[in-house]
Amino acid sequence: MSALGVKRKVAVVGAGITLFRRRLKETGRELSFYAAKMALDTAGITLADVDAVVCGTAPDAFDGVHMKGEYLLDGMGGHKKPFVRVYVGGGTGVFTPIAAWWHVASGHFDIVLAVAEEKMSSCFPHPQKAFTTIFDPMLTRPLGANLVWIFALEMQRYMHVHGVKKEQIATIAVKNKRNAVDHPCAQLADPKITVQDVLNSEVMVWPVQRLDISPPSDGAAAIVLAAEHVAKRLTNDPVWIEGVGWCLDSTYWTNRDLYYPKYVEYAARMAYKMAGIKNPPKEIDVAEPYDPFDYKEAHHAEGLMLVRKGEYLKDVKDENDIFAKYGRDGDLPICPSGGLLGVGNPIAAAGMMKICEIFWQLRKEAGKRQVKNDPRTGVAQAWGDLMQVGTVVVMRA
Amino acid sequence: MSARIKEYRGTYVSRKDLEEGRVPAVRDKPEARYAWAAGVAMGRFLAELKEGRIIGRRCRRCGRVLVPPRMFCEWCFRPTDEWVYVRDTGTVLTYSISHLGPAAERIEEPIPIAVIQLDGASPGVGMLHKLGEVKFEEIRIGMRVKAVWKPPEEREGAITDILYFRPLKEGEGQEGGE
Repeated sequence: MSALGVKRKVAVVGAGITLFRRRLKETGRELSFYAAKMALDTAGITLADVDAVVCGTAPDAFDGVHMKGEYLLDGMGGHKKPFVRVYVGGGTGVFTPIAAWWHVASGHFDIVLAVAEEKMSSCFPHPQKAFTTIFDPMLTRPLGANLVWIFALEMQRYMHVHGVKKEQIATIAVKNKRNAVDHPCAQLADPKITVQDVLNSEVMVWPVQRLDISPPSDGAAAIVLAAEHVAKRLTNDPVWIEGVGWCLDSTYWTNRDLYYPKYVEYAARMAYKMAGIKNPPKEIDVAEPYDPFDYKEAHHAEGLMLVRKGEYLKDVKDENDIFAKYGRDGDLPICPSGGLLGVGNPIAAAGMMKICEIFWQLRKEAGKRQVKNDPRTGVAQAWGDLMQVGTVVVMRA
Repeated sequence: MSARIKEYRGTYVSRKDLEEGRVPAVRDKPEARYAWAAGVAMGRFLAELKEGRIIGRRCRRCGRVLVPPRMFCEWCFRPTDEWVYVRDTGTVLTYSISHLGPAAERIEEPIPIAVIQLDGASPGVGMLHKLGEVKFEEIRIGMRVKAVWKPPEEREGAITDILYFRPLKEGEGQEGGE
């Protein structure tokens, strides 16, 4: 038993992912099947070996189908099995493996399949219209709120409190969209993008411009989790889930100071305590903080305590500086996948993509994306709802 | 991506492919209508707006004045204790300027918005609203603002009974401060 009373060690033994695109012909079920099948195949098992399935997917309103978990069940391999959908908004993609982890850690199941899916393209005229129904119907919706409002308000507050400039924040979009060139599933890779391109892009909700934001996407991603005794038989390269954490702040988002995501810090503290991590920047070799907006990577790296508050972009003036600090051969590689900004943002699947990336990085299977520091420990994190949820997973080779 | 995997699946289609029938599609427009009971706290809040007043609730244990009001304190997890009027002046905590409507459509006249800490609410307890009568380049965090109300006969007990917040003029609202 660990300090937190964990009964069994749990490993990731397989992962799968589809292309991420603005619009895919396949249904959510079909995409889920592709990702789940790839995860099973790479784990060297079949669905018959799977004891339970955990589903992650974001608002029903995107698909216009209620009971979306059940709708996706067949494509996710849940037929006649213990099956459950978990949902914490944008945090869902990293929460799905957390829920799958406790299925196995509890001793209840030996092998669990975790599948995350999102199909945002079905919603017209734009999935953001469905998103506005997360707002309070009395206080916020009558003002004509758009989802980007809240992020623009948060970005402005972050910039104000720490004196961070838009030119610095734009370097994050450049890094991730360039990194994504090496991701075979990427939707918005751009090898030539510059800070100037980001600053010249269309203003959405000031200070957020088009290239500061990740796109709506369709896609799916999946992993297979196994208990220690099973994982050791299945593979010579298990990647252990050593820490999990999650935390939610109040829905009254205007009642807290938006400059710092305290709830992400609490989620990280929980995961680090379980993993025995005392000095995150020294002990973590590769990180995938959630980056639906470029400033969020900074915000979340700070919440994950990988740097001090307000210092993520300290001394970062241009493209070269950001790669020197956080590129694949930088001081601490951050979002080597290309992140949501580059690979795309099918909400739940995007968080799971980050889990897959840490899995492949720690297995040294990331190909051209492989970070250069011989990584042993990685962290993936997601965030969402009304800027109030942090979900964190620490993994070790 | 794992270097071991050779093929990633998924078939890109464009919006036009879908709209022009090159990809089979089924259309639907779910009709769902709602009438939300405003609740105990928000019901009073909206009724007070109709009278041109803004009301919050105080929790005596943590001492916070909560705006918008709620009947329980989520920190102390106990009932809040009393109604407290706050002023219709306040301070901008953060702001932005929206060029998008609710469906991410471009809008002709960008809308400045802000989280505003009203005078009398606890530090950091802000409320979202629009700004008006202000040049975008003059908006600052820390700027002092005041509500501009609809005429009494047009108010309906809604957050939009306040049209927007405008910058305070010289000599107005001295009692506040950041």
